[in-house]
Amino acid sequence: MSFLEYRIKTAPTGLRKVLYLNWPLVLLVTAVASVGFLMLYSVAGGRIGLWAEPQMKRFAVGMVLMFIVAFVPIWFWRSMSALAYGVAFALLVLVELMGRVGMGAQRWIELGPIVLQPSEMMKFTLVMMLASYYDWLDPKKVSRPFWVLLPVLIIVAPTVLVLMQPNLGTSIMLLAAGAAVMFCAGVSWWYFAGVAGIVGAAVYGVFALRGTPWQFLHDYQYRRIDTFLDPTADPLGAGYNIIQAQIALGSGGWGGKGFMQGTQSRLNFLPEKHTDFIFTTLAEEFGFVGAFSLLALYAAIIAFCVVSALQNRDRFSQLLILGVAANLFFYIAVNLSMVMGMAPVVGVPLPLLSYGGSAMLVLLVGFGLVQSAHVHRPR
Amino acid sequence: MRRTPRDTEESTRGVRRRALLMGGAMAGFVAVLGARMRYLQIDQADQFKLLAEENRINIRLIPPARGLIFDRNGKLIAGNEQNYRIVITREDAGDVELVLKRLSQLIPLTQDEIDKTLKEVERRSSFVPIIVADRLSWEEFSKIALNAPSLPGVTPEVGLSRVYPRDTDFAHVVGYVGPVSEKDLEGIENPDPVLQIPKFQIGKIGVERWTEDLLRGRAGQKRIEVNHVGRVMRELERIEGDPGNDLRLTIDADIQNFAQVRLGEESAAMVAMDVETGDVLAIASGPSFDPNLFVRGISRKDYSVLTENDHRPLANKTVQGLYPPGSTFKMVTALAALQDGVITPGTGVYCPGHYEVGGRRFHCWKRSGHGTVSLHSALAESCDVYFYDIALKVGIDKIAEMGRLLGLGQRHDLPMSAIAAGVMPDKAWKQESYGQEWRIGDTVNASIGQGYVLTSPLQLAVMTARIASGKAVTPRLVHAIGSEVQPAPEAPPLPIDPQYLAEVRRGMFEVMNAQRGTAKSSRIVDETMLMAGKTGTAQVRNIGTAERESGVRKNESLPWRLRDHALFVCYAPHDKPKYAVAVVVEHGGGGSTAAAPLARDLLLRCLTGGMPPLSAYPAAQRGRIETQLKEMKLRSPDSPMPGKSRA
Repeated sequence: MSFLEYRIKTAPTGLRKVLYLNWPLVLLVTAVASVGFLMLYSVAGGRIGLWAEPQMKRFAVGMVLMFIVAFVPIWFWRSMSALAYGVAFALLVLVELMGRVGMGAQRWIELGPIVLQPSEMMKFTLVMMLASYYDWLDPKKVSRPFWVLLPVLIIVAPTVLVLMQPNLGTSIMLLAAGAAVMFCAGVSWWYFAGVAGIVGAAVYGVFALRGTPWQFLHDYQYRRIDTFLDPTADPLGAGYNIIQAQIALGSGGWGGKGFMQGTQSRLNFLPEKHTDFIFTTLAEEFGFVGAFSLLALYAAIIAFCVVSALQNRDRFSQLLILGVAANLFFYIAVNLSMVMGMAPVVGVPLPLLSYGGSAMLVLLVGFGLVQSAHVHRPR
Repeated sequence: MRRTPRDTEESTRGVRRRALLMGGAMAGFVAVLGARMRYLQIDQADQFKLLAEENRINIRLIPPARGLIFDRNGKLIAGNEQNYRIVITREDAGDVELVLKRLSQLIPLTQDEIDKTLKEVERRSSFVPIIVADRLSWEEFSKIALNAPSLPGVTPEVGLSRVYPRDTDFAHVVGYVGPVSEKDLEGIENPDPVLQIPKFQIGKIGVERWTEDLLRGRAGQKRIEVNHVGRVMRELERIEGDPGNDLRLTIDADIQNFAQVRLGEESAAMVAMDVETGDVLAIASGPSFDPNLFVRGISRKDYSVLTENDHRPLANKTVQGLYPPGSTFKMVTALAALQDGVITPGTGVYCPGHYEVGGRRFHCWKRSGHGTVSLHSALAESCDVYFYDIALKVGIDKIAEMGRLLGLGQRHDLPMSAIAAGVMPDKAWKQESYGQEWRIGDTVNASIGQGYVLTSPLQLAVMTARIASGKAVTPRLVHAIGSEVQPAPEAPPLPIDPQYLAEVRRGMFEVMNAQRGTAKSSRIVDETMLMAGKTGTAQVRNIGTAERESGVRKNESLPWRLRDHALFVCYAPHDKPKYAVAVVVEHGGGGSTAAAPLARDLLLRCLTGGMPPLSAYPAAQRGRIETQLKEMKLRSPDSPMPGKSRA
């Protein structure tokens, strides 16, 4: 009995799939998103129409997309992997050629009424591509140099394009998520150790080249790193964000200042108060209890994904779920580290909470893939 | 490519092993994040609370000074004055009610005002400063500053507020500013942060509104350190914004004042413009109102006085009011017929006092008839039958085309509110608006500016200026932005044979100066300033056959609402036109008696640059005119200019 038949026979069909969805995951995602709506309402000073309402609409659309993706058998998505990756890659090239410039970076592409952010699309199509690659590849060959080089190229090519936009945050995320899939697929430890060494050298190189015409990062990115290393050096300039974010966060204390009572006025100049820095508002208004609860919710989402991957015996599904989970984790980890002063400000949004359409939709589609893998797993 | 299944037990176990490792690492990092959270929010909470409460840095926007508006000679029309006010911030005040109570002992605050403030404070976030009282006197202001320690959360502020030193003169042109409303913010894609400042003033109507982008400027920022009650400890940094651009209008403030006063209490409008450049020198609509009332927030009582007045002081009749042009339209009909070649200036038409066409009888205003008239005499005596006849020869479409060529039936783009396009009807227009065929009677009515034709006083002024100069001048209101003088665009010549224009101008000259001219009594006798013009009397009611039989009722015997509109258009000097003037007096009666004298005075005021000289008037009228001019309550030309300061 081939795998395909075996799957068709055991996987639930039609509307019965609803019963096999990973419902705790759906509820957790909705819960986190709802926290986001509350915070956007609060940050907007009690205006619902500014950010909260559009965000809710996008969430609703995203949920519908999630269910649609979840209902389509996972083997269909596997067969789509290469195509999806190809399309996302082509769009990345296109945005480089004719993209719309926003916030000093070229990240959008306009197709009629739709504004696309191909770097967001690349997030999960890359994971899909890698998962299907390792599904195809004989597990015995995964650590052979040639078969390692190929996925590395698959990861690096879009990463470079995203970095050129320039969008440092997302390119780091792509690298990390790709590496996570490779790690889970069983690529030898030695490669990871080697890359860590090279990255160390590269970081050194980046700083050594600073100020020369060959400098690798933009000035504002260097300044962000400087400020990270010593925020007090420039308390009114670039360091202001971090200091104020920490003050807001820290002054929340145990129970916070209460809903809508945050002192965002002090953060009012922050252009990212409703996007990258939304967590500070939560931590300030709901204190340690609120902030830690959110962290717990996120941890639960990731845990449910990992458990779902452990239950699954299909290699593509396993790697896909782990890739999505790892991606989510890296976003959360980098964003929280950033606002809590543990990492430089690289401009990474907080998944499900930060205001933004593309990221929200793409993430929910990602969860749709996880659900599809969960529903259609071999039993 | 056919996929070979790879899901062996071993490979699955391998992925699980790695997944568990990764999950463990993730859990570890989550723990680190949790620990960091604990460190910041619990261990260090007191320190951060202290930082947040006691010595925090605040960003405040510095509202830009709004650009000033001057007249063409640099006289101030809209300025900014210092406004002492006090604001309260809830999070600093604690018990807002108590603080307000204390405040009411220092300055007069009614219970109503206190309730309003309390409501506003509740509605807004705790850190938003709310204005409790503004326009305080210096004494009140310093009293509050002295008592600051017992008034937590209360900050005395000095702001700028708009002031219109020439109050009623420019109410309709310049308009007024008011606080930003929710409605203003709707529909703005990316609102300027300065609009969030409570009670920030933006232009609501008129020039203030339509040049808002020029006048507003860009907000600055200051970073200040404040203590735990919100008192400013020191200013750390200041980024100055850019003040708005100053504007210079084409209007001459003194002429505008003259025009406004000359209109008196009439419901009327008057426009004077330069026939070469299109510069609007005066554009007055009466009665007017004081825009300063709106800036301060108009009381319900004052507002209802304005809205209930049947002379509609809030309407800007110069651009918004639409009137049948009456006989002032006859130049259009004449030019259309001349240009089309259906008549020559010498063509004679016999006027028996009425005209019959399509089974209907149309009357001339003179029941006994004018006898045989040609172009010049028809214009001079305003014979209706002549124009009925030539209009039917040339047809409505050609007339409408000429009307549009002369600036009728279109919106002239000035930075003013509610500019109406008017109606220059033709066959297609009637089909579209009413779904009806154009009738021959419609042409007859339109030929003398009745029926469907509707024009605004501004359009009539443009029409007159175009006839006078032979160029397609367009009106303009902005003379300079900042120090950059906006050059008047070179007006292209009208595609009308100059010879025909000259003939029509001759007719207009005879209106004023021929023995039987309809506006002869309003002529200028000074040889250097002889004027040309045309009277118009627009019916606003239907005259039935019965009334015609028994004699048309005199205007004086009718209620105000039913009296005819008086219109007059003119320019001078007749041989070298410089200024054109159009006047509409609503329900004023005859154009020659109610409108022409006003237009003459304004023309003289423009031409001489000072009060009209008595020598320009016919000798018999000088005595009466002298008292009339003396009684005008004009603003003294060197009026004080409050609010010149920019602080």
